[in-house]
Amino acid sequence: MSKEKIQICPEFSDIMPPEYRDLVEQSTYGNEDRGWKDIGNSKELIEAHSLCAGCPESMAFRYILASLPNPEDTVMVGSTGCTSLVFPMVAVHNIHSLFGNQNAVASGLKRALTVRFPDRIKDVVVLAGDGATVDIGLDMTLQAWFRQEKFTTICFDNELYANTGGQESGLMRKGFVAKMAPTGKKFDKVRLPEIARESGCCYVVNLTVSKPSLVEKVIKNAVLLAREVGPTYIQLYTPCILEIGKNSMEGLQEMRDSEKPGERFNYKEYITDEAKQYLADLDARKKAAAIPAAQLTE
Amino acid sequence: MQSEKYRVVAGPEAYFTPGAARMGIVLPEPGEGHIEGQIVPEEEALEYAARKLIEAKNPTIHPGPLVLWNWNEKAAKKAKAIKVLADVIPARIIPMADYRPKYPKINPEVEINPNHPNLTIWHNKEDVCVFVGVHCHMANLSLKIIRGGTSCFTIALCAQAGHEDANLSLRDVSPEKILRLAEWVNKLKSIPYVRPAGRTSNDGAERKSDKVFAK
Ligand SMILES: Cc1ncc(C[n+]2csc(CCOP(=O)(O)OP(=O)(O)O)c2C)c(N)n1
Ligand code: SF4
Ligand SMILES: [Mg+2]
Repeated sequence: MSKEKIQICPEFSDIMPPEYRDLVEQSTYGNEDRGWKDIGNSKELIEAHSLCAGCPESMAFRYILASLPNPEDTVMVGSTGCTSLVFPMVAVHNIHSLFGNQNAVASGLKRALTVRFPDRIKDVVVLAGDGATVDIGLDMTLQAWFRQEKFTTICFDNELYANTGGQESGLMRKGFVAKMAPTGKKFDKVRLPEIARESGCCYVVNLTVSKPSLVEKVIKNAVLLAREVGPTYIQLYTPCILEIGKNSMEGLQEMRDSEKPGERFNYKEYITDEAKQYLADLDARKKAAAIPAAQLTE
Repeated sequence: MQSEKYRVVAGPEAYFTPGAARMGIVLPEPGEGHIEGQIVPEEEALEYAARKLIEAKNPTIHPGPLVLWNWNEKAAKKAKAIKVLADVIPARIIPMADYRPKYPKINPEVEINPNHPNLTIWHNKEDVCVFVGVHCHMANLSLKIIRGGTSCFTIALCAQAGHEDANLSLRDVSPEKILRLAEWVNKLKSIPYVRPAGRTSNDGAERKSDKVFAK
């Protein structure tokens, strides 16, 4: 997208709040190589957040927003939960859907954008909590995958309903006792990554947000594959430090501990052959484009 | 009937401000405007708006995203016209940069938000304000909140069909029409106000805002 589109009318540049001027002058819209390393050197697409201090969801938001390949032509769809309070501070178009409906809303949106802008790449990215994705919205989540709707679903898995005070969720681990689930969870954590694979997602990853470069790679792959190949699903562990009794500084260690071999967030990836081939082709094209024309003719 | 008597006067009206449309106020046809819900010829609405702006202690223009951003030629032209208007009044410009219900709060010195526009109006003691370039649904929301909780007189320079919930609304507003308003301001600055004959509300009562000018 041309940066021309997002200029402020010169008559108003002096009265626009500074954060909007910074977005125009110092953000990375339109830069195909944007990534988490821009954080600190450029204007981020998140202004502030209303999460608890130290909540890993804030790290996840920052890495994801820094990694979207096409933020100026992306629409994010959110749902009720701790994440929804962050979206008002995000400089990417976004829709707040009724709790659980996010994948249904995203389906219609993606189809409409495809019809309305046939010559332009428009990415749709769902970002919702585990309650929205796996419990109340499970029908919508699965149906979108069955129908092969081409968008990315990201689940911030904090293993409970954080925003309403700690109720049991399908992604909560067995035996866990939460403030509003005092008898402990009676059944196993729902294996949504496996269900996603069986439901038709071409790329599924289960990970934590402890490593920004890994989050960047996974988010980019997921968005690029959803454009052409099929639905993609990313499940990120963003522990609710409030509910598991950790303090602000302990979120990162909690994620590191839970991604060790044998733990529930040990890195897990499913990718179809078609998706693998698509990424390899993209990579080859990118490398070819980087080689100066003179060398190619030698 | 109550709806015949309803006038869209400056507030503070009530916590549950009724939508002006529900109270029987209709939108102007092309070539018309409304003043407090009464349909008048466009030129009359322009003149009245100009007078309100001249008389105001803290006139403020709130441009919205449709004119703040240079997204097409018309927006660029409108921005220029709005600046001319602001300079000639002279009025302060406080943008409605976007519509998100910002948490934890907005800075009322530098912006206005449609979900709690009263904060900016109160903070800056705005007595007359102009909405321009704000998407209609967000303008409707804000105008009603302003009427509910403040005494500010609202003027909508709408590019579409106008706003019943403003105290004064023009429709089909183009850059040229904004410049015409600026011309009215210029012209009237030196002329004392005389209320034109027949310029009363539906029920024959004097408009509350007429008193401001009937000096
Ligand atoms: C239709 C509907 N049902 C229930 C709720 C109440 N509600 C708000 S947030 C929430 C739980 C959110 O949990 P999750 O999706 O895991 O997000 P988190 O807050 O944990 O990030 C619920 C049940 C609602 N807002 N709407
Ligand atoms: S309640 Fe939990 S998930 Fe929500 S912001 Fe606080 S720490 Fe994060
Ligand atoms: Mg949750």
